[in-house]
Amino acid sequence: MYQTTYHRASSVDEAVSLFGKSSEAKFLAGGQTLLPVMKQRLASPSDVIDLGKIKELQGVELSGDTLTIKAATTYYDIMTNADVKKAIPAIAHLTSVLGDPAVRYRGTIGGSIANNDPAADFPAALLALGATVKTNKRSISAEDFFQGLFTTALEDGEIITAVSFPVPAKAGYEKMRHPASRFALTGVFVAQTKSGEVRVAATGASQSGVMRVTAIEAALKANWSPAAVDGVSISASGLLADIHGTAEYRANLIKVMAQRAVAAAG
Amino acid sequence: MSTVKLTVNGKAVAVDVEDRTLLVQLLRDHLNLTGTHVGCDTSQCGACVVHMDGRAVKSCTMLAGQADGASITTIEGIAKGDELHPMQAAFRDNHGLQCGYCTPGMIMSAIDIVQRHGGQLDEATVRTELEGNICRCTGYHNIVKAVLDAAGRMKVSQAAE
Repeated sequence: MYQTTYHRASSVDEAVSLFGKSSEAKFLAGGQTLLPVMKQRLASPSDVIDLGKIKELQGVELSGDTLTIKAATTYYDIMTNADVKKAIPAIAHLTSVLGDPAVRYRGTIGGSIANNDPAADFPAALLALGATVKTNKRSISAEDFFQGLFTTALEDGEIITAVSFPVPAKAGYEKMRHPASRFALTGVFVAQTKSGEVRVAATGASQSGVMRVTAIEAALKANWSPAAVDGVSISASGLLADIHGTAEYRANLIKVMAQRAVAAAG
Repeated sequence: MSTVKLTVNGKAVAVDVEDRTLLVQLLRDHLNLTGTHVGCDTSQCGACVVHMDGRAVKSCTMLAGQADGASITTIEGIAKGDELHPMQAAFRDNHGLQCGYCTPGMIMSAIDIVQRHGGQLDEATVRTELEGNICRCTGYHNIVKAVLDAAGRMKVSQAAE
């Protein structure tokens, strides 16, 4: 790792001010992505500004039909939170299959979506559930927030403070895990909103990051059952291909994971 | 350079380190606590697991500064004098190691697993929960046996206290 200067911010305002005083700063939450990247010398921020201890970024709130998860809440704290388990158990499940226990103790929802790894789990949940990303400046819909591989709508120095999820009627998430990295080879989040809309998002599949799968949405809207996905055809065009799987393999995984997710959602 | 103040195995320490220092480097290079190992250095193998404020974390994936103010327990801090921690004793009795390189991380993760699951622990749970700790010798069989054995011993010793 190259030299850097570490700062621990005690509030969002202090973090913003520290960012403004640095030449090339990065925000650090759980560090489960940023630190490995810095160790490989793929990132060399002049300063790292630690958001992990900021109280206003911690915790979960359930208010009516909205579940709000503050940005620096760890996966472990999300997974074990009673409101999360009650309101959107699919999110508790998603966090329980993300990384490994030690990573779940440190990694945060804000860090996951700010990085927007094409195989990260949380982007699929945000897109399928129609979540809203809250920052220190504005609210951004999930559709507008994710803009391709490792790219988001965040501006320099903008800090995610929370994510708000509308509580769905039904939701499920299933993924094929890469056995070593535990990232999603392909993961699919399915949701049926309380107004009957069906939204399906896939991660780990597309060359442009998390995506909606409209063909499966239409099939599930007509008939919410795993069998409804059987007849859907998913094009391999634009899907990721690497040593772990071809684009055609991932196209098929989208269907299989969607079916499993619908079965899990009930 | 920054001064990082933390409690390690019950002892308050203050260490001057470069800001880029990882927690595992602070433990090994500055405090000479070399029981915590660095295996993969890519957050996958778990040889570097220590407890921070009671939670099992990968000390190669934390800056030392992030641990400022925290209480750290390493493999050196779990025995009571000459009496091994029940998890250590179970690893010895069940031959839960061969080369031993992964063992400190395995033991620290395993203690965390038992603490989280208590009496609910079964073989499938142990195997799933150990996924962040990689062993290249044993095939995991005796490690899993050791963790289940220790879970029973830890319940008995908790009941006795």
